[in-house]
Amino acid sequence: MLQNYFPILLFLVVGILVGVLPMLLGWGVGKVLGTNRPDAAKLSPYECGFEAFEDARMQFDVRYYLVAILFILFDLEVAFLVPWAVVLDDIGMFGFVSMMIFLAVLVVGFVYEWMKGALEWE
Amino acid sequence: MLTLNHYLVLAAILFAISVFGIFMNRKNLIVLLMAIELMLLAVNMNFIAFSQFLGDSAGQIFVFFILTVAAAESAIGLAILVVLFRNLRSINVKDLDHLKG
Amino acid sequence: MTWTSLNAWVAAPEIFLFCATCAILLLDLFVSDAKRGFTHWLSLAVLVVTGALLVRGYHAAPQYAFSHMFVADPLATLAKVGMVVGVALVLIYGRSYAADRGIFKGELYSLALFSLLGMMVMASAINLLTLYVGLELLSLSLYALVALRRDSVESTEAAMKYFVLGALASGMLLYGMSMLYGATASLNVLEISQRLMVEQSGNPLLATFGLVFVVTGIAFKLGAVPFHMWVPDVYQGAPTPITQLIGSAPKLAAFAFTIRLLAQAMEGFTPEWRSMLVVLAVLSLAIGNLTAIAQTNIKRMFAYSTISHMGFLLLGILVGNVVGYSAAFFYAVTYMLTAAAGFGVVMLLARQGFEADRLDDYKGLARTHPWFAGMLLLVMFSMAGVPVFVGFFAKLAVLKAVVDLGMVWLAVFAVAMSLIGAFYYLRVVKLMYFDEPEGAAAPLSGCMFTRVVLSLNCLALLGIGLFPNDLLLLLTNAVEFSLPI
Repeated sequence: MLQNYFPILLFLVVGILVGVLPMLLGWGVGKVLGTNRPDAAKLSPYECGFEAFEDARMQFDVRYYLVAILFILFDLEVAFLVPWAVVLDDIGMFGFVSMMIFLAVLVVGFVYEWMKGALEWE
Repeated sequence: MLTLNHYLVLAAILFAISVFGIFMNRKNLIVLLMAIELMLLAVNMNFIAFSQFLGDSAGQIFVFFILTVAAAESAIGLAILVVLFRNLRSINVKDLDHLKG
Repeated sequence: MTWTSLNAWVAAPEIFLFCATCAILLLDLFVSDAKRGFTHWLSLAVLVVTGALLVRGYHAAPQYAFSHMFVADPLATLAKVGMVVGVALVLIYGRSYAADRGIFKGELYSLALFSLLGMMVMASAINLLTLYVGLELLSLSLYALVALRRDSVESTEAAMKYFVLGALASGMLLYGMSMLYGATASLNVLEISQRLMVEQSGNPLLATFGLVFVVTGIAFKLGAVPFHMWVPDVYQGAPTPITQLIGSAPKLAAFAFTIRLLAQAMEGFTPEWRSMLVVLAVLSLAIGNLTAIAQTNIKRMFAYSTISHMGFLLLGILVGNVVGYSAAFFYAVTYMLTAAAGFGVVMLLARQGFEADRLDDYKGLARTHPWFAGMLLLVMFSMAGVPVFVGFFAKLAVLKAVVDLGMVWLAVFAVAMSLIGAFYYLRVVKLMYFDEPEGAAAPLSGCMFTRVVLSLNCLALLGIGLFPNDLLLLLTNAVEFSLPI
């Protein structure tokens, strides 16, 4: 009974190893082989030959996130459109109307975000 | 020659890495979102491998759906991340400690 | 493939709900904040029509649609009627709470209706693909709903935790589903079941992997120990109407989902998943009830109580026959009603700037609001399993099925844990009836309609408790017609 689950246990153990080993290796090998002598020049961000102007980590305007999020939602629909377009001759009217229903649903979402003003930059 | 097992092992490794990314990560919520994506991609790898080696196309259809749902999922995750950052001014996992019993 | 072979009319309630929700989403854009009541009543009307379509479409024989991806069998139809009622109660009870906190927006309604659509698809799905899509439609709507109070740290933090653990659960479930697909070369639940039953066909090792990961995913979604860590935080952090939504109708969807995956797809593995569910149920009953005692926040207390109730639900399912499934179904339906009533009272007492979520807020409630103290008393007695209340018969049905299976120790353990659980439910009753109120009596929120519905909901707990047999018979018949055992 329980021995049926041995492969699962093996899976868990190997899975943990796969997760932990790279971390331990990275940490351990770095300790043994690496040298760690930081100075100001090494720790500052590199900027082509002159002193750094500003912090290398800059914050993006949060509005970029909004555009990116909306983009993710609509760009993957192409994944459905391409195979559909390739076999449209075979699936005929049925396939065409099905895709139009799908696109109509997307248009509902698009109208919603447009009316909400999510596409306005200001 | 690559066999089904090669793909399954690859998917299992990706899956293990992503689960570890979720549990071990204590610094950055964005890394957490990436781990979740990786997990779904590991599943996709499984489905495609099975679909190919079993000669059944249903698995590949499933992958399309997982991809689109994953996109919607990451969109919601990012949106929640943005409102959380507005409130907390941090995306550090350690700062998620306001709810206690 | 032609239009008639789709059998789309089988899914008429879902199609109607989907079109109506899209219409509400767009119509609400033209409604000013002052006239939001229009969206509210329109959503309730949509729910009434959906319920009517469901009842009209009830058939004893399972009806298949969309090339065997969708099934309308009695189990699914009754579960869906329960979900419609559950979501309607959320909208009715939550209205004044939402209005006081600036979340009385069109999104509350469209997302709640989309989550209902997800639950309905989950209940009717007979293919791994539709199961997954329904589950994600439900989960994604709920993540967004939890974060609806955008300015609140607790709310957004709860949403983030819910999102991460929910996505992890989906990943586990999908990994299990991919293994099941690999073992049987099919995504259809009935075909998977057939191929797993026949020895040699299908790969037993892959199927075992699939089983383990699917059970893990289900346990995450149900909130069973040891995969329960998201439940208390989400219950506490979410706005109370959303807590009610998460705590009521999705439990029915999760029940149907579990039946499809475990009882139907993996029927041949019943002994294997039974032993896993025993572990989950025992842990959930113990940890849920013991931790609930230590809580001072009523929403968190309800969260741990949910965990223990999910333990009972699992007890019913693990029996693995019609008696067990119908007992679990009865438990899910009545728990849905009880939880809705409990959160309804919490929201009735809450008002602007006051959440009524500390246990101390209930001190002396019998003095200030005797009627609703009585209603909360009914809820607490029902949750504790006091005889003649519905919770008692739900527990009794489950325990009877477990004893019939010969697992007496499990039934005894469950009874012992329920007795411990009764302590914290009765503590609320003691606070209400034997303690002095803190400060003056505050007015109740909510209109007359809300109060009448809430009172009826609470009285139903007593009513069904007095006459449980009709409902139990209905649900037993539904399970018998739906599962080919």
